[in-house]
Amino acid sequence: MADTSAQTGRNVLRDGGTRPTRFRTFWNSFSENRGAVIGLWVFLAFLFVAVFAPLIAPYDPSAQFRDYALQPPVWQDGGAWAFPLGTDALGRDMLSRLIHGARFSFFVGIVVVVVAASGGIIIGLIAGFAPKWLDTLIMRLMDIILAFPSLLLALVLVAVLGPSLLNAMIAIALVLQPHYVRLTRASVLSERGKDYVTASRVAGAGQLRQMFITVLPNCLAPIIVQAALSFSTAILDAAALGFLGMGAQPPTPEWGTMLADAREFVLRAWWVVTFPGIAILVTVLAINLMGDGLRDALDPKLKRS
Amino acid sequence: MLKFFLSRLGTFIPTFFGVTLISFAFIRVLPGDPIIVMAGERGMSQERYEALRAQYGFDQPIWKQFWDYFTGILQGDLGNSFVTNRPVWDEFFSLFPATLELSICAIIIATCLGLPAGVIAAVYRGKFLDRFFMSTALIGYSMPIFWWALLLIIVFSGNLGWTPVSGRIGLLYFFEDTTGFMLIDSLLSGQSGAFRSAVSHLILPSIVLATIPLAVIARQTRSAMLEVLSEDYIRTARAKGLSPERVNGVHALRNAMIPVITVIGLSVGTLLAGAILTETIFSWPGIGKWMVDSIFRRDYPVVQGGLLMIAVIVMIVNLLVDLTYGLINPKIRSR
Repeated sequence: MADTSAQTGRNVLRDGGTRPTRFRTFWNSFSENRGAVIGLWVFLAFLFVAVFAPLIAPYDPSAQFRDYALQPPVWQDGGAWAFPLGTDALGRDMLSRLIHGARFSFFVGIVVVVVAASGGIIIGLIAGFAPKWLDTLIMRLMDIILAFPSLLLALVLVAVLGPSLLNAMIAIALVLQPHYVRLTRASVLSERGKDYVTASRVAGAGQLRQMFITVLPNCLAPIIVQAALSFSTAILDAAALGFLGMGAQPPTPEWGTMLADAREFVLRAWWVVTFPGIAILVTVLAINLMGDGLRDALDPKLKRS
Repeated sequence: MLKFFLSRLGTFIPTFFGVTLISFAFIRVLPGDPIIVMAGERGMSQERYEALRAQYGFDQPIWKQFWDYFTGILQGDLGNSFVTNRPVWDEFFSLFPATLELSICAIIIATCLGLPAGVIAAVYRGKFLDRFFMSTALIGYSMPIFWWALLLIIVFSGNLGWTPVSGRIGLLYFFEDTTGFMLIDSLLSGQSGAFRSAVSHLILPSIVLATIPLAVIARQTRSAMLEVLSEDYIRTARAKGLSPERVNGVHALRNAMIPVITVIGLSVGTLLAGAILTETIFSWPGIGKWMVDSIFRRDYPVVQGGLLMIAVIVMIVNLLVDLTYGLINPKIRSR
């Protein structure tokens, strides 16, 4: 607590007596956390790779160099600079496939978070403002979805919809959504009793205006934190579904699908197994580090240390 | 307490009903006629098709089908597998011990390592050990466990040759399963080497399955400990001259345990979801692998029944955790 006030004090002086902007306050407390900043940089690097994949990758991800199948990475005997991270069983360049894989993972993360969060926020707002019976009905429904282990429910949903990356994203968004509903509803309920909400009602604000303009902005902090955390969950679950053969289908260079292809070479070619996993781990780790930093900065109540 | 108990039960029953409704709905919205799927490659005559439809009750109105399904569940009838034609209920309980054994070992590993790591991290807050344990925990928490399993196989089965790659026990051993737990059965069988073989099969899958709960428990223990360590009664305990071990180990840990126990209880869902991946990779004959195989074989009654059983187990454990929590902490009851 003493730390924060010292920080704010310094800022006030630097800005010539004005109050620091909201972003400034946020950034000050976010950048105190070294891990979070590293996470942010790694995340930006991956974002860059994902956006410019076709320009960065040395080869097309599905180009097969049959003569160079299962070539080890450059630092091992038999490796060559032509394929820095080696090739897979069909002679496709590992590095190019990993670079293109970044696109799929980010795509999955963004789509899942946007779908789950917007759906969850709307349902949560409705539950928070609705009459008691509708609130109970919605929350009971969310309890039902939460009773299933998320990966299992996603797996069965994909089995029903047919295995593809799109269906995997729909399934993951659906199983992550209840978390947003619960979070939004909880914050709405605690905000609704406050004076500014009463004031806006007295001033004649309609139900919709109250929901989206008066209350929602004040509920966003925990939702943003949840968004960061479910971004990483989405990447992990999509990779897991791909690994089980229920997500992106080969020859898509999705990291989980690549691992599934590589399974039979586990004991013969370590690089086809190792690199896609490292890519998943590093991305998810960076996002989780960032998420921890976000939580500490946005939601002091939840601060762990 | 009775009111608390009844209110929790009151939310349990509608949720249970909803879970059965969802698992029932799955088979209805699946593309393709389940009877045709059953016929497989061979095809069937029109009469046989009608007979099977009547046998499985698909010619009944939908509400009647759900009613039959629901009353069946209450009597332990989940239908028969399309593939083996055995009751899903029996198949579930013949495979469940394997998953249970794996999960118990995983949760023991996770608790035995996670609790001390969390306590040490909290006591040495900000020091090297804290940062080391917490970064390791975050890595574990971010780990794609199916990849982690493959790595362990490469190192311990491939390079070092210490552990087998799949299954529950070596092919050379055979004995009756009395309890369904391979560790106990192999000891009971009295065959030399059987127990060793069972342990060596169990060790890698348990480590893989323990990874995420371990990370969660370590993080939760640390934050619960930090909260408790700033309480007045800890200062009192220190002030009256108790040794740091006693303050940390007895006064603080005991009070920090409540949220930690909750986390351990609530990790059952994580374990069962993790079991799907772990069992698939290690060919562990439990319900996770059974579910995945059934999904690929389009064995709908099994998928439906397995989904329901797993959800019900998670719900029962959560209910028990909730009730125990209310029993220990009276503040919760009034909510």
